[in-house]
Amino acid sequence: MKIAQIKELLNAEVICGEDLEREVYSACGSDMMSDVLAYVKDQAVLLTGLVNPQVVRTAEMMDMLCIVFVRSKTPTQEMIELASCSGMVLMKTDKRMYEACGKLYAHGLCGNGEVR
Amino acid sequence: MTEAVRFHFSVDGDDFSSAGQASVQVKKSLRQLGISPETIRRVSVAMYEGEINMVIHAGGGYADVLVFEDHIEIQLVDQGPGIADIELAMQEGFSTAPDNIRSLGFGAGMGLPNMKRYTDSMEIESKLGEGTKITMRVNL
Ligand SMILES: Nc1ncnc2c1ncn2[C@@H]1O[C@H](COP(=O)(O)OP(=O)(O)O)[C@@H](O)[C@H]1O
Ligand SMILES: [Mg+2]
Repeated sequence: MKIAQIKELLNAEVICGEDLEREVYSACGSDMMSDVLAYVKDQAVLLTGLVNPQVVRTAEMMDMLCIVFVRSKTPTQEMIELASCSGMVLMKTDKRMYEACGKLYAHGLCGNGEVR
Repeated sequence: MTEAVRFHFSVDGDDFSSAGQASVQVKKSLRQLGISPETIRRVSVAMYEGEINMVIHAGGGYADVLVFEDHIEIQLVDQGPGIADIELAMQEGFSTAPDNIRSLGFGAGMGLPNMKRYTDSMEIESKLGEGTKITMRVNL
Protein backbone atom coordinates (compact mmCIF):
# COMPACT_ATOMS: atom_id res chain seq x y z
CA MET A 1 0.00 0.00 0.00
CA LYS A 2 1.32 3.44 -0.85
CA ILE A 3 1.72 5.99 1.95
CA ALA A 4 -0.60 8.24 -0.05
CA GLN A 5 -3.35 5.65 0.26
CA ILE A 6 -2.87 5.44 4.04
CA LYS A 7 -3.30 9.19 4.19
CA GLU A 8 -6.46 8.88 2.12
CA LEU A 9 -8.00 6.00 4.11
CA LEU A 10 -7.33 7.62 7.47
CA ASN A 11 -8.16 11.11 6.31
CA ALA A 12 -4.80 12.02 7.76
CA GLU A 13 -2.84 15.23 7.75
CA VAL A 14 0.81 14.99 6.68
CA ILE A 15 3.11 16.75 9.15
CA CYS A 16 6.44 16.11 7.46
CA GLY A 17 7.97 14.02 4.70
CA GLU A 18 7.37 14.33 1.00
CA ASP A 19 7.60 10.95 -0.62
CA LEU A 20 4.06 9.59 -0.33
CA GLU A 21 4.55 7.29 -3.31
CA ARG A 22 6.66 4.83 -1.32
CA GLU A 23 5.16 1.39 -0.70
CA VAL A 24 4.67 -0.04 2.77
CA TYR A 25 4.13 -3.77 3.16
CA SER A 26 3.06 -4.12 6.77
CA ALA A 27 1.86 -2.19 9.79
CA CYS A 28 2.21 -2.28 13.54
CA GLY A 29 -0.13 -0.53 16.00
CA SER A 30 1.28 -0.08 19.50
CA ASP A 31 2.04 2.31 22.33
CA MET A 32 4.73 -0.01 23.71
CA MET A 33 8.01 0.57 21.92
CA SER A 34 9.54 -2.81 22.86
CA ASP A 35 6.64 -4.51 21.10
CA VAL A 36 7.50 -2.56 17.99
CA LEU A 37 11.16 -3.51 18.38
CA ALA A 38 10.26 -7.19 18.75
CA TYR A 39 8.68 -7.15 15.35
CA VAL A 40 10.80 -7.16 12.21
CA LYS A 41 9.40 -6.38 8.84
CA ASP A 42 10.75 -4.20 6.11
CA GLN A 43 9.08 -1.04 4.93
CA ALA A 44 6.46 -0.84 7.61
CA VAL A 45 4.22 1.86 9.05
CA LEU A 46 3.80 2.46 12.79
CA LEU A 47 0.47 3.56 14.25
CA THR A 48 0.70 4.94 17.77
CA GLY A 49 -0.92 7.25 20.29
CA LEU A 50 2.37 7.89 22.04
CA VAL A 51 4.21 11.17 21.55
CA ASN A 52 7.91 11.39 22.48
CA PRO A 53 11.26 11.31 20.64
CA GLN A 54 11.68 7.58 21.31
CA VAL A 55 8.73 6.88 19.02
CA VAL A 56 10.67 8.32 16.09
CA ARG A 57 13.92 6.67 17.18
CA THR A 58 12.17 3.32 17.56
CA ALA A 59 10.69 3.59 14.07
CA GLU A 60 14.09 4.57 12.75
CA MET A 61 15.72 1.53 14.40
CA MET A 62 13.21 -0.64 12.54
CA ASP A 63 13.70 1.17 9.23
CA MET A 64 10.03 2.17 9.20
CA LEU A 65 8.93 4.61 6.53
CA CYS A 66 5.99 6.30 8.18
CA ILE A 67 4.41 6.99 11.58
CA VAL A 68 0.69 7.70 11.95
CA PHE A 69 -0.34 9.40 15.18
CA VAL A 70 -3.87 8.44 16.16
CA ARG A 71 -6.40 10.46 18.19
CA SER A 72 -4.99 13.68 16.70
CA LYS A 73 -1.80 13.42 18.76
CA THR A 74 0.68 15.98 17.48
CA PRO A 75 4.43 15.34 17.39
CA THR A 76 6.79 17.93 18.87
CA GLN A 77 9.23 20.02 16.85
CA GLU A 78 12.08 17.83 18.09
CA MET A 79 10.30 14.74 16.75
CA ILE A 80 9.63 16.39 13.40
CA GLU A 81 13.31 17.26 13.08
CA LEU A 82 14.38 13.72 13.96
CA ALA A 83 11.98 12.28 11.39
CA SER A 84 13.02 14.75 8.71
CA CYS A 85 16.66 13.73 9.19
CA SER A 86 15.83 10.19 8.18
CA GLY A 87 13.26 11.01 5.52
CA MET A 88 10.37 9.52 7.48
CA VAL A 89 6.79 10.59 6.86
CA LEU A 90 4.80 11.71 9.92
CA MET A 91 1.03 12.15 9.79
CA LYS A 92 -1.87 12.41 12.18
CA THR A 93 -5.45 11.24 12.05
CA ASP A 94 -8.40 11.92 14.35
CA LYS A 95 -9.31 8.23 14.21
CA ARG A 96 -8.69 6.05 17.23
CA MET A 97 -6.17 3.19 17.15
CA TYR A 98 -8.69 0.40 16.61
CA GLU A 99 -10.43 2.11 13.76
CA ALA A 100 -7.23 3.31 12.07
CA CYS A 101 -5.68 -0.18 12.15
CA GLY A 102 -8.95 -1.76 11.05
CA LYS A 103 -9.25 0.50 8.01
CA LEU A 104 -5.75 -0.31 6.82
CA TYR A 105 -6.17 -4.02 7.50
CA ALA A 106 -9.48 -4.14 5.66
CA HIS A 107 -7.76 -2.61 2.66
CA GLY A 108 -5.16 -5.34 2.55
CA LEU A 109 -2.26 -4.06 4.66
CA CYS A 110 -0.82 -7.01 6.59
CA GLY A 111 0.14 -7.25 10.22
CA ASN A 112 3.19 -8.96 11.66
CA GLY A 113 4.62 -11.70 9.49
CA GLU A 114 1.33 -12.53 7.88
CA VAL A 115 0.80 -13.03 4.17
CA ARG A 116 -2.63 -12.29 2.79
CA MET B 1 44.15 -9.07 13.16
CA THR B 2 43.21 -5.68 11.78
CA GLU B 3 42.35 -2.93 14.21
CA ALA B 4 38.65 -2.66 15.06
CA VAL B 5 36.68 0.50 14.36
CA ARG B 6 35.37 1.81 17.67
CA PHE B 7 32.47 4.12 18.48
CA HIS B 8 32.25 5.40 22.03
CA PHE B 9 29.28 7.13 23.66
CA SER B 10 28.44 8.40 27.08
CA VAL B 11 24.76 7.85 27.82
CA ASP B 12 23.09 10.58 29.87
CA GLY B 13 20.95 9.14 32.64
CA ASP B 14 19.14 12.34 33.54
CA ASP B 15 17.44 13.11 30.29
CA PHE B 16 14.98 10.53 29.00
CA SER B 17 14.18 12.55 25.90
CA SER B 18 17.73 12.04 24.59
CA ALA B 19 17.68 8.27 25.29
CA GLY B 20 18.39 6.35 22.10
CA GLN B 21 20.55 9.04 20.52
CA ALA B 22 23.71 6.95 20.60
CA SER B 23 21.98 4.07 18.82
CA VAL B 24 20.70 6.37 16.08
CA GLN B 25 24.27 7.60 15.64
CA VAL B 26 25.63 4.04 15.49
CA LYS B 27 23.10 3.18 12.84
CA LYS B 28 24.30 6.05 10.67
CA SER B 29 27.97 5.19 11.20
CA LEU B 30 27.46 1.52 10.35
CA ARG B 31 25.68 2.54 7.15
CA GLN B 32 28.72 4.54 6.16
CA LEU B 33 30.88 1.46 6.71
CA GLY B 34 28.74 -0.40 4.19
CA ILE B 35 27.39 -3.01 6.66
CA SER B 36 24.24 -4.81 5.45
CA PRO B 37 20.88 -3.26 6.48
CA GLU B 38 19.76 -6.46 8.23
CA THR B 39 22.91 -6.54 10.38
CA ILE B 40 22.66 -2.83 11.11
CA ARG B 41 19.11 -3.29 12.32
CA ARG B 42 20.08 -6.15 14.63
CA VAL B 43 22.98 -4.20 16.12
CA SER B 44 21.12 -0.94 16.52
CA VAL B 45 17.94 -2.44 17.99
CA ALA B 46 19.94 -4.46 20.54
CA MET B 47 21.97 -1.41 21.46
CA TYR B 48 18.87 0.79 21.61
CA GLU B 49 17.13 -1.48 24.13
CA GLY B 50 20.33 -1.57 26.18
CA GLU B 51 20.76 2.17 25.98
CA ILE B 52 17.17 2.76 27.13
CA ASN B 53 17.73 0.31 30.01
CA MET B 54 20.82 2.23 31.12
CA VAL B 55 18.74 5.41 31.22
CA ILE B 56 15.64 4.05 32.96
CA HIS B 57 17.24 1.50 35.30
CA ALA B 58 20.84 2.60 35.89
CA GLY B 59 21.17 6.38 35.65
CA GLY B 60 23.21 6.29 32.45
CA GLY B 61 26.58 4.80 31.52
CA TYR B 62 28.84 4.14 28.59
CA ALA B 63 28.25 2.38 25.30
CA ASP B 64 30.94 1.12 22.94
CA VAL B 65 30.52 -0.46 19.56
CA LEU B 66 33.50 -2.26 18.04
CA VAL B 67 33.47 -3.32 14.43
CA PHE B 68 35.79 -6.25 13.72
CA GLU B 69 36.36 -8.01 10.43
CA ASP B 70 33.92 -10.82 11.18
CA HIS B 71 31.69 -9.48 13.96
CA ILE B 72 30.40 -6.42 15.78
CA GLU B 73 30.63 -6.17 19.55
CA ILE B 74 28.42 -3.93 21.68
CA GLN B 75 29.51 -3.16 25.25
CA LEU B 76 27.18 -1.41 27.68
CA VAL B 77 28.59 -0.49 31.06
CA ASP B 78 26.80 1.25 33.91
CA GLN B 79 27.26 1.89 37.61
CA GLY B 80 23.60 1.49 38.45
CA PRO B 81 21.95 -0.74 41.06
CA GLY B 82 22.77 -3.98 39.25
CA ILE B 83 20.40 -6.84 38.43
CA ALA B 84 19.46 -9.09 41.36
CA ASP B 85 18.29 -12.11 39.38
CA ILE B 86 19.51 -12.18 35.80
CA GLU B 87 17.50 -15.24 34.82
CA LEU B 88 14.31 -13.57 36.03
CA ALA B 89 15.21 -10.28 34.31
CA MET B 90 15.63 -12.17 31.03
CA GLN B 91 12.05 -13.45 31.10
CA GLU B 92 9.64 -11.82 28.68
CA GLY B 93 7.31 -9.51 30.55
CA PHE B 94 9.44 -9.13 33.69
CA SER B 95 9.98 -5.49 34.52
CA THR B 96 10.66 -3.34 37.55
CA ALA B 97 10.01 -0.15 35.57
CA PRO B 98 7.69 2.34 37.28
CA ASP B 99 4.38 3.43 35.75
CA ASN B 100 5.75 6.74 34.49
CA ILE B 101 8.22 4.80 32.32
CA ARG B 102 5.41 2.62 31.00
CA SER B 103 3.50 5.70 29.94
CA LEU B 104 6.57 6.66 27.90
CA GLY B 105 6.30 3.42 25.90
CA PHE B 106 8.90 1.34 27.74
CA GLY B 107 8.85 -1.10 30.64
CA ALA B 108 7.07 -3.97 28.90
CA GLY B 109 9.82 -6.32 30.02
CA MET B 110 10.81 -7.11 26.45
CA GLY B 111 14.14 -5.27 26.30
CA LEU B 112 16.59 -7.95 27.46
CA PRO B 113 14.74 -10.70 25.52
CA ASN B 114 14.86 -8.49 22.40
CA MET B 115 18.59 -7.92 22.91
CA LYS B 116 19.15 -11.67 23.10
CA ARG B 117 16.96 -12.33 20.08
CA TYR B 118 18.75 -9.86 17.84
CA THR B 119 22.31 -10.88 18.71
CA ASP B 120 24.39 -14.03 18.24
CA SER B 121 25.61 -13.97 21.82
CA MET B 122 24.93 -11.93 24.93
CA GLU B 123 26.64 -11.94 28.28
CA ILE B 124 25.47 -10.10 31.38
CA GLU B 125 27.76 -9.42 34.32
CA SER B 126 26.09 -7.63 37.18
CA LYS B 127 26.77 -6.93 40.82
CA LEU B 128 24.20 -5.45 43.16
CA GLY B 129 25.15 -1.93 44.15
CA GLU B 130 28.02 -1.80 41.67
CA GLY B 131 26.61 -1.96 38.17
CA THR B 132 26.02 -3.97 35.07
CA LYS B 133 28.09 -4.84 32.03
CA ILE B 134 26.42 -6.30 28.97
CA THR B 135 28.44 -7.61 26.03
CA MET B 136 26.65 -8.55 22.84
CA ARG B 137 28.02 -9.90 19.59
CA VAL B 138 26.57 -9.93 16.11
CA ASN B 139 28.43 -11.97 13.50
CA LEU B 140 29.03 -10.48 10.10
N1 LIG C 1 21.26 -1.81 33.11
C1 LIG C 1 20.40 -2.27 34.05
N2 LIG C 1 20.63 -1.97 35.36
C2 LIG C 1 19.80 -2.44 36.31
N3 LIG C 1 18.72 -3.20 36.07
C3 LIG C 1 18.44 -3.52 34.79
C4 LIG C 1 19.26 -3.08 33.71
N4 LIG C 1 18.76 -3.58 32.56
C5 LIG C 1 17.67 -4.29 32.90
N5 LIG C 1 17.47 -4.28 34.24
C6 LIG C 1 16.42 -5.00 35.01
O1 LIG C 1 15.90 -6.03 34.19
C7 LIG C 1 14.50 -5.83 34.01
C8 LIG C 1 14.07 -6.30 32.62
O2 LIG C 1 14.67 -5.48 31.61
P1 LIG C 1 13.95 -5.37 30.19
O3 LIG C 1 13.74 -6.76 29.66
O4 LIG C 1 14.72 -4.43 29.34
O5 LIG C 1 12.53 -4.79 30.55
P2 LIG C 1 12.09 -3.29 30.91
O6 LIG C 1 13.22 -2.37 30.59
O7 LIG C 1 10.91 -3.08 30.04
O8 LIG C 1 11.76 -3.31 32.37
C9 LIG C 1 14.26 -4.37 34.24
O9 LIG C 1 12.94 -4.07 34.63
C10 LIG C 1 15.26 -4.10 35.37
O10 LIG C 1 14.76 -4.54 36.62
MG1 LIG D 1 14.19 -2.40 28.78
